[in-house]
Amino acid sequence: MIRSTGPDSTGSTVSVRLRFFARYAEVLGTDAVTVDLQAPATVAHAVSYVRESLPNGAALPEKPLVAVNLEHVLLHQSINDGDELAFLPPLAGG
Amino acid sequence: MSYLVHARIDAARLNSEVCAPHLGGATTFIGSVRRSPEDGPVEAIEYTAYQEMADREFDRIIAEVSDRWPDARVALQHRVGHVPTGEASMAVVAASPHRSDAFAACRYVVEEAKKRVPIWKKEIMAGGTARWRGNSTEQSG
Repeated sequence: MIRSTGPDSTGSTVSVRLRFFARYAEVLGTDAVTVDLQAPATVAHAVSYVRESLPNGAALPEKPLVAVNLEHVLLHQSINDGDELAFLPPLAGG
Repeated sequence: MSYLVHARIDAARLNSEVCAPHLGGATTFIGSVRRSPEDGPVEAIEYTAYQEMADREFDRIIAEVSDRWPDARVALQHRVGHVPTGEASMAVVAASPHRSDAFAACRYVVEEAKKRVPIWKKEIMAGGTARWRGNSTEQSG
């Protein structure tokens, strides 16, 4: 697991675990990182962090499917310290 | 117990889990790994999942079935790992006192699973190439 600090670490932060699956895990070369984001933070902030700060992060869509603590959420959802964010490639069960 | 299994799906066992003398209709859906002219020479599919969330979504879908069709009972399994062409990747059995509810409940589970359950598939083609397959890519909002 990688532990990283967001581009702006002044002030309070939230520590969140980011998980990647399937194609995203392949492209990014990891299935989980823990990062500190400046508070208050939303899912959109986490997406921006991935796209701008992780190797090959730009491969993540601007509006990916995301789950927070096992719940499907929208990008404006706020995130809190200790949350688990999962970036979900196009679903393909069945 | 997880709905996700590595071993071959035993639809007969699922059927026995839900069928009962008072449930007069049972419907079984089996989705299998397909090879067709449109899909190309698919040899197998590698299924991966976000297991904790997949199990929670399946639990919710089954709870929704209970709300919509209170007399229906459902059992299901979804494969993960390497599934050769022709083998079942998902099976859903729905039983109800009447066939219409059994059909409806079974279809509801299959359609909701495809939309909501975090499972992914990578097609393994003849010759060793591979490709990820999926539906919607991004949020609409």
